[in-house]
Amino acid sequence: MVPYLATVIAILRKDLAVEWRSRQLLAAMLIFTLLVILIFNFALELDARVRSEVSAGVLWATFAFAGTLGLNRSMAIEKEGKALDGLLLAPVDRSVIYMGKTLANLSFMLAVALFTLPIYSVLYNVDLLNGGFLLVLLLGSWGYSAIGTILSAMAIQARSRELLLPVLLFPLVIPVLVAAVRASSFFLQDLELIYIWPSLNLLIAYGLIIPAMGFMFFDLIVEE
Amino acid sequence: MSSKSIAARPRFLTLLSTLSALLILAATWMVFFFAPREAVMGEVQRVFYFHVSTGWVGMVAFLSAAIAGIIYLIRPDKKWDVFAVAAVEIGLVYSFVNIVSGSIWARPTWNTWWTWDPRLVTASVMELTFLAYLLLRQSMEDPERRARFGAIYSILGSLTVPLTYMSIRIWRTIHPVVIGSGDPGAKGDFSMTQPMVTTLMFSLLAFTVFGVTLLWHRVRLGWLSERVEEFRLKSMEM
Amino acid sequence: MISTRGLGKRYGYRWALQDVTLNVGPGEITALLGPNGAGKSTLLRILATLSKPTIGDCQMANFQLPQQAAAARAHLGFLAHQPLFYEDLSAEQNLAFYAHLYRIKRPSERIAGLLKNFDLYLRRHEPVRTFSRGMQQRLALARVLLHKPRVLLLDEPHSGLDLAGVVILDEVLRGLAKKRTTILFATHELERAQSLARKVVVLANGKLVAASTGKSVSPSSVYRRALRIANRKA
Repeated sequence: MVPYLATVIAILRKDLAVEWRSRQLLAAMLIFTLLVILIFNFALELDARVRSEVSAGVLWATFAFAGTLGLNRSMAIEKEGKALDGLLLAPVDRSVIYMGKTLANLSFMLAVALFTLPIYSVLYNVDLLNGGFLLVLLLGSWGYSAIGTILSAMAIQARSRELLLPVLLFPLVIPVLVAAVRASSFFLQDLELIYIWPSLNLLIAYGLIIPAMGFMFFDLIVEE
Repeated sequence: MSSKSIAARPRFLTLLSTLSALLILAATWMVFFFAPREAVMGEVQRVFYFHVSTGWVGMVAFLSAAIAGIIYLIRPDKKWDVFAVAAVEIGLVYSFVNIVSGSIWARPTWNTWWTWDPRLVTASVMELTFLAYLLLRQSMEDPERRARFGAIYSILGSLTVPLTYMSIRIWRTIHPVVIGSGDPGAKGDFSMTQPMVTTLMFSLLAFTVFGVTLLWHRVRLGWLSERVEEFRLKSMEM
Repeated sequence: MISTRGLGKRYGYRWALQDVTLNVGPGEITALLGPNGAGKSTLLRILATLSKPTIGDCQMANFQLPQQAAAARAHLGFLAHQPLFYEDLSAEQNLAFYAHLYRIKRPSERIAGLLKNFDLYLRRHEPVRTFSRGMQQRLALARVLLHKPRVLLLDEPHSGLDLAGVVILDEVLRGLAKKRTTILFATHELERAQSLARKVVVLANGKLVAASTGKSVSPSSVYRRALRIANRKA
């Protein structure tokens, strides 16, 4: 168990190290996110009254789009020097690669959120420093990364991979987005937990089922 | 469907095709002339029979594609892949008719082309999922990988669709949606009389038989084109 | 310890490899000779467990493939066409990552030792992106030797190397053979096969055309025959 986890973390650290050296991805995701929020501002004419209800939706839609940048890039670095072969040659279970990559993608999403939320709060005067909200952020990003990593591993081996990933991803990630928006919104409006539980349960269920599928299928996806 | 008789259309299939055509005609007649006029909604309610029948067959088609996918992953035999593609295509057509007929029904009933109710949205998401399935297949060059990825995606899709339904159900029950008709209970409930039930059952049967016929034709088409491809590649090597 | 029997690999309807039977013992350097497109890379990838054979038996380092592929990997080393590195990371970081994957004990010592052997120690902190092809090949060789594999597979290892690099490579391979490592390298250059290998196996159009069974068989005639067969389009 421990060597398994240690290897997962080694892969996670490697992905973070690569990103730290080049810093291309985080910068791109951050700028992209801020621009999208800006566009939403004009598209939806967010006035003060409506803002707190709509914030959850705007933020999650933004993260969903920015997330695809991270997913694409994370797999692309393995394709560049055919480094994925290096991982496949190692005496590690293929699911270790899946877990490492999912955690890396999760980290990127959370990093982007960490920058975006304070800025959004300031721009729209909405208090996002809410424990429940941050919990939903974590659960939602986890579900998103779990399905996204599986699909980006498939898309990277197809033609027109950047075009393909969003098309494959968005229909399957809707449960996460809908539940996350619902739960986030309620947390922000300080509603009682009893209303929020169903959405949280769904996020947790998704966050267990999809990684299980990833464990089962990742080997079949990366092998030749 | 054995490979030695592959070129000639099996006689049973021809019979089945004729039977389906007759059943569909009969069902259509029943829908328009046998089933009674519904009191509240009027003539447009007759769309319901097509809506439910196609919806049901569409879902079964997608589910069988996913099951074929599972079987393929366990035992990689090309025939399961050919079946899966055929099932998805049939499912897409049926589900599309389902969605459109639902829309036609909604318009006069609630004065809107679209309601954001869980079933309609989930049906649309299901449709998009399996369209993505076809797109995925189209982007893969290696046939073995194409089949494998298709299988995995159809399994993932079949898992997320019910989750989508639940997530939207949760959404609707707690917080009525402002967009659209604004009536969360808008499912158009009406009590069904006996002739209606009979008509529905018969439509279901007719569309199922028709679906199976289409599926069989499509599987044959898929299998034949595989054989053509095989011969083509073999002849290139000579 | 490489042993295959009737190995075949099919892509779609095309057979890339057919009925490949070969044996390489410990301490032997064997050359896999063949023109481009013969299937050398395909065969090596199967032996390296990156690809599964369609039919046939395969045993690497006494592990049955594909069932025991995971266990076999710890004892295999594969030098591919591509260097398999993360270009933004440094030489040392790359080796450290792989050392972790292979669970090397006392990794920093081993990495430093290998870097010094391959004359890369001075540039160990620089990103691999800045290395020349020859340097990357040397680093790849270092990576492949990290876990002291019992079987070494190399796909055209001499390509892109300057004279100094070739000398180092040949020296390393001969040294490893003395230590009973099984070595199989693919090449399309006759001179390479002759100078380095004791045994030559010829592949053409996915089939084993000939194999020398001892020191007495001249690879040149065997190779010429292979080319003739390949050009005949049987």
